Amino acid sequence: MTPLLNGLVEALRAAFADRVLGVEEFRGDVTVLAEASAVADIAGFLRDNPLCPFDLCEDVFAIDQYRTPRRFEVKYHFFAVRNRVRIHIKTAVDEGDPRVPSIAAVYPAALFGEREAFDMMGIVFTGHPDLRRIYMPEDFAYHPLRKDFPLMGIPGSLTLPER
Amino acid sequence: MGLESIFGEGYLTTRIDALVAWARKNSLWPMPMGISCCAIELMSAGDPRHDISRFGMEVMRFSPRQSDVMIVAGTVTYKMAHVIRKIYDQMAEPRWVIAMGACASSGGMFRSYSVVQGIDQFIPVDVYVAGCPPRPENLFHGLLELRKKVGKSSVLDLPDLPPAREKRSDQPGNGKGRGFA
Repeated sequence: MTPLLNGLVEALRAAFADRVLGVEEFRGDVTVLAEASAVADIAGFLRDNPLCPFDLCEDVFAIDQYRTPRRFEVKYHFFAVRNRVRIHIKTAVDEGDPRVPSIAAVYPAALFGEREAFDMMGIVFTGHPDLRRIYMPEDFAYHPLRKDFPLMGIPGSLTLPER
Repeated sequence: MGLESIFGEGYLTTRIDALVAWARKNSLWPMPMGISCCAIELMSAGDPRHDISRFGMEVMRFSPRQSDVMIVAGTVTYKMAHVIRKIYDQMAEPRWVIAMGACASSGGMFRSYSVVQGIDQFIPVDVYVAGCPPRPENLFHGLLELRKKVGKSSVLDLPDLPPAREKRSDQPGNGKGRGFA
């Protein structure tokens, strides 16, 4: 881990205490594991810190870790253009209450990513100004990228025009 | 006109069916319904090297109201199916459909919840063109097969008008104030 990233991680630990659950490093990529409730605050912290301002939210997406206690992981990629540094934030939520605070107020670029994660996985981003489905029809009742959704869909859930 | 010199002062006998079919098959105006990668091959079909106009009947019309044959070129999702049906419904009779490529014909490699497994589930298809994507020559083959089919048609063939539709129950909305009573 570079000294810059190390300093950032230490600053995160100091600012968020036990809401930062851990830090992983793999081939130079640093991932900070955080409580779901802290995600929006961490995003604001990363954007506004003077040391290395992360001015680009590259991606927001969800992963279905089927059959694990906290089933849905939500991951964020941030990039500091000037320092050319990337950091990843990961959080996990329970299947029964898949709610994560929206970071759209900090990074408007996350608006569509959060809508996609909501559409495909059913993650509810609290505070999102317009959390609608982005791909599937609005009256679709399922979240098709979940592991327990059948590959060929559920018959009758999507309508076709009459022949 | 050149015809006078051929026939001289004489005349020609034929059947109205043959005459109409001859006129129809030689003026198939396609409507490109380009949805994904097959549309790129469809564009290649129009370039000087392949030259779809060599058959003298390729006036691509970008309006369904002016065209006879819809070439559905690409992967059709359930969301897009409604759009295609709406455009197809705007085409004047008689009308034909070519399903270009594996996706339009059968869903292709997309065995997935979002992709319609063949457009014949919601519109009648006259010619299926195999390939992923089909080369322009393959599309021309399909076009010529359709031409043969149209040449055998009769003016007495009943148009495939949809049956009188019941009020849709599977669509959202309260059904008030829309469409014809």
